[in-house]
Amino acid sequence: MSDPHGPPRAEPRLRLLGISKIYPSVVANADVDLAVMPGEIHAVLGENGAGKSTLMKMIYGVTKPDAGEIMWEGRQVRIDSPSAARRLGIGMVFQHFALFETLTVAENIALALDEKTTPSLLAPRIRAVSEQYGLPLDPDRLVHSMSVGERQRVEIVRCLLQSPRLLIMDEPTSVLTPDAVQKLFVALRRLRDEGVSILYISHKLDEIQALCDRATVLRAGRVAGTADPRTETAQSLAELMIGGNLPTCTLAPRAPGEVLMAIDRLDLPSADPFGTALREVSLEVRAGEIVGLAGISGNGQLELLQALSGERRTAQPAAIRLLGHDVGRLDAAARRRLGLGFVPEERLGRGAVPALSLADNALLTGYLNPAAGMTRRGMIRRGAVRAFAQAVIERFRVKCGGEQSVAASLSGGNLQKFIVGREIRLAPKVMVVAQPTWGVDVGAAMLIRQAIIDLRDAGVAVLVVSEELDELFMMCDRIAVLARGRLSPAVATGDTSVDRIGRWMGGDFDEAVPSTAAPTPTSEGVAHVPA
Amino acid sequence: MSRLEARPEPSRAMMLASPLIAAAAMLVSGSLLFLFLGQAPLHAFYVYFVQPLTSMYGVGELLLKATPLILCGVGLAIGFRANVHNIGADGQLTMGAVVAGCVALYFDGAQGPWLLPLMILAGAAGGAAWAAVPALLRTRFNTSEILVSLMLVYVAYLFLGYLVHGPVRDPAGYNFPQSKMFGDAAMLPLLKEGLRVNAAFLLSLVAVAGAWFFCRHSFAGYRMQVAGMAPAAALYAGFSEPKNVWIAFLTSGALAGVAGVGEVAGPLGQLQASVSPGYGFAAIIVAYVGRLHPVGVLLASLLMSLLYIGGETAQIELQLPSAITGLFQGLLLFYLLAADLFIHYRIKPSRMAGAVARETVAS
Repeated sequence: MSDPHGPPRAEPRLRLLGISKIYPSVVANADVDLAVMPGEIHAVLGENGAGKSTLMKMIYGVTKPDAGEIMWEGRQVRIDSPSAARRLGIGMVFQHFALFETLTVAENIALALDEKTTPSLLAPRIRAVSEQYGLPLDPDRLVHSMSVGERQRVEIVRCLLQSPRLLIMDEPTSVLTPDAVQKLFVALRRLRDEGVSILYISHKLDEIQALCDRATVLRAGRVAGTADPRTETAQSLAELMIGGNLPTCTLAPRAPGEVLMAIDRLDLPSADPFGTALREVSLEVRAGEIVGLAGISGNGQLELLQALSGERRTAQPAAIRLLGHDVGRLDAAARRRLGLGFVPEERLGRGAVPALSLADNALLTGYLNPAAGMTRRGMIRRGAVRAFAQAVIERFRVKCGGEQSVAASLSGGNLQKFIVGREIRLAPKVMVVAQPTWGVDVGAAMLIRQAIIDLRDAGVAVLVVSEELDELFMMCDRIAVLARGRLSPAVATGDTSVDRIGRWMGGDFDEAVPSTAAPTPTSEGVAHVPA
Repeated sequence: MSRLEARPEPSRAMMLASPLIAAAAMLVSGSLLFLFLGQAPLHAFYVYFVQPLTSMYGVGELLLKATPLILCGVGLAIGFRANVHNIGADGQLTMGAVVAGCVALYFDGAQGPWLLPLMILAGAAGGAAWAAVPALLRTRFNTSEILVSLMLVYVAYLFLGYLVHGPVRDPAGYNFPQSKMFGDAAMLPLLKEGLRVNAAFLLSLVAVAGAWFFCRHSFAGYRMQVAGMAPAAALYAGFSEPKNVWIAFLTSGALAGVAGVGEVAGPLGQLQASVSPGYGFAAIIVAYVGRLHPVGVLLASLLMSLLYIGGETAQIELQLPSAITGLFQGLLLFYLLAADLFIHYRIKPSRMAGAVARETVAS
């Protein structure tokens, strides 16, 4: 994998000069310069929507820049397609994998390679490469039986088989447990030591500080600065990223009240053949507390959330209880009437109708609040609907062209603010929030977190499902982990650690009930600095 | 090389211009077609599209033919908006005609203003009852409402055939498969003496207004719109899917049934072996050409009706084959759908040659 024919160290392997990309609705990149040296792990840091992914897609030939030059090892190149990029020696591991679940590892890789080969010829090569970099992989395994971390390995090994000189990793750790992150970092450092350049896209500051040699920070499509992440603090990097002071939220201790939502030994088969069945999930959420559900998506989160919201009903009515009522067989509207608020993880198409205006989207669940008076005798009262939408937009500082803007025209973060705001404004007694700040910029994330904490302080029982451990530790009174369809005991946030929750995320919590605070050796290297 | 690019939001200007572009494109290809058939294009177009409208009688015929299209189309559009696909409006129209016809024959000779309203109600009930079958099967057993409603069309045709060949055949009708002529009290009043268009046209306008109000102002209309646009959001909000299916089928069935009354208590005046030349199917096209909007359906119905009548005129005056009607309908719909593409997309001339990249807007 080393590169004996490579240029001398002074020459950047990849250099971008004044790259711009303009989409009809947004300037994704403006005048971006970037230089990646051989044997360097170079972080591209920025909030969601800062233009990181677009920039990487241009390097990998998925999209073309509207202006600017790409220099590869000193030569100006035009990268017309991903296969052209691969011929140059550029590999990319996408955030979302494109694997066929019903095929084996070797078959998937054989399909994706540019060279013509067979799965059986590839198998020994896959084994060799995967062992060399400490990413063990069985070529004959079917993909659907693999965890997300293992699937990512398939993608990485696929890239490595082509001996890339530049490897692009797009938010590789967003789906990994802390332990898997460590293994990935070991492999990436080994690649770097062999002279491979790595472009590492992330918004997780602690990871970048632990791994990367240099960082280019993007803000609103432009380069906000470059830095050596090892000498910066998380605070200074964050401020470079968001261009201002980092807001905070505070969680004051508070005695919880009575149990408002209870899940009692819930068993639920998955509707999707490759989904996760829930097994004996039990949890109580009390008035005035926030319970966090940690875990990687795909471990039953989807199924549990559907069962809680009423989008799927359970066989036993008593498996889910809301404010003393057995609601397992009630639909979403009936549960909302009892006082349930719910923010789903998908905004467009589930939490909001893309083609309708924000006002019409306020009506989607707002009709259930009698105080808002959005309907009367089966008719819509437009004035009340507009007033409600305007109030949400104002309170949560939703950036939009007014309440008549179409939902699809908002950025993910702004739409999330609107949906969270709508649900909070409906004055729920129990609130379930999935991925509250997914895709939301740091400032808005704090606003949303604080709003959820305010809800708790007003006596609402809140359940937050999130993949971001930092977020859960910031805002939760208790944390439980959902892994492979089973739920760990919920422990007080103060009595546990990121390390232990991370270990539980692998499904290893059977002996865990008495508090054992000793960190394991595997997690020693994680420098988890809360942002 | 140019390529299509998604517009950030649908273009309002294009939404209005698209039918005009389609019409212009149809005129151009129609001209070529007429030239090829040895007709002077201008004259042929005059005969096809203008001549039917130059006489009161022609306008009356236009409205007469548009009436069942409007009634069926408006009903179907309400369902289509919610992704409930009633394909069987022609069967519901037939059953509406059958039930209303049976009422008329049962009270044969009766006088009084109550008979006609009773027939209209009976027709609506008949159509709704026929539409209730696919709705029930869909909501109970999750069957495909498309297949069930379509198959019931043929059941309805055969049932009507059985009736006019047997139980309701006119004994004095020389064994023709048709019923007795209805009495005067069972006939819809004509809008104007000398024209064939009857009061059913007014009913269709009421249906348009009602459907518009339903879609625009009622919460049920909103629920159905959400269900059609984003089924997961409807589930999330707790909107009942069975309720939408029932509303869609009962409404469209009842309106189709009224359309059936308009035929048998109008131009036909009796039950015949066939009461519809496929209005219920043409109404599917009408609903989509009208963009599932009640007013759009009204305009699309008039256009469709003109295509029918103009086609007949062209056959008679220019000795063109009857296929010309279908050809023009096809051309118009093709261009309309093609022009609709530009509501959501625009052409972007590319400065760089090469493969068209799959573009996604920056997240």
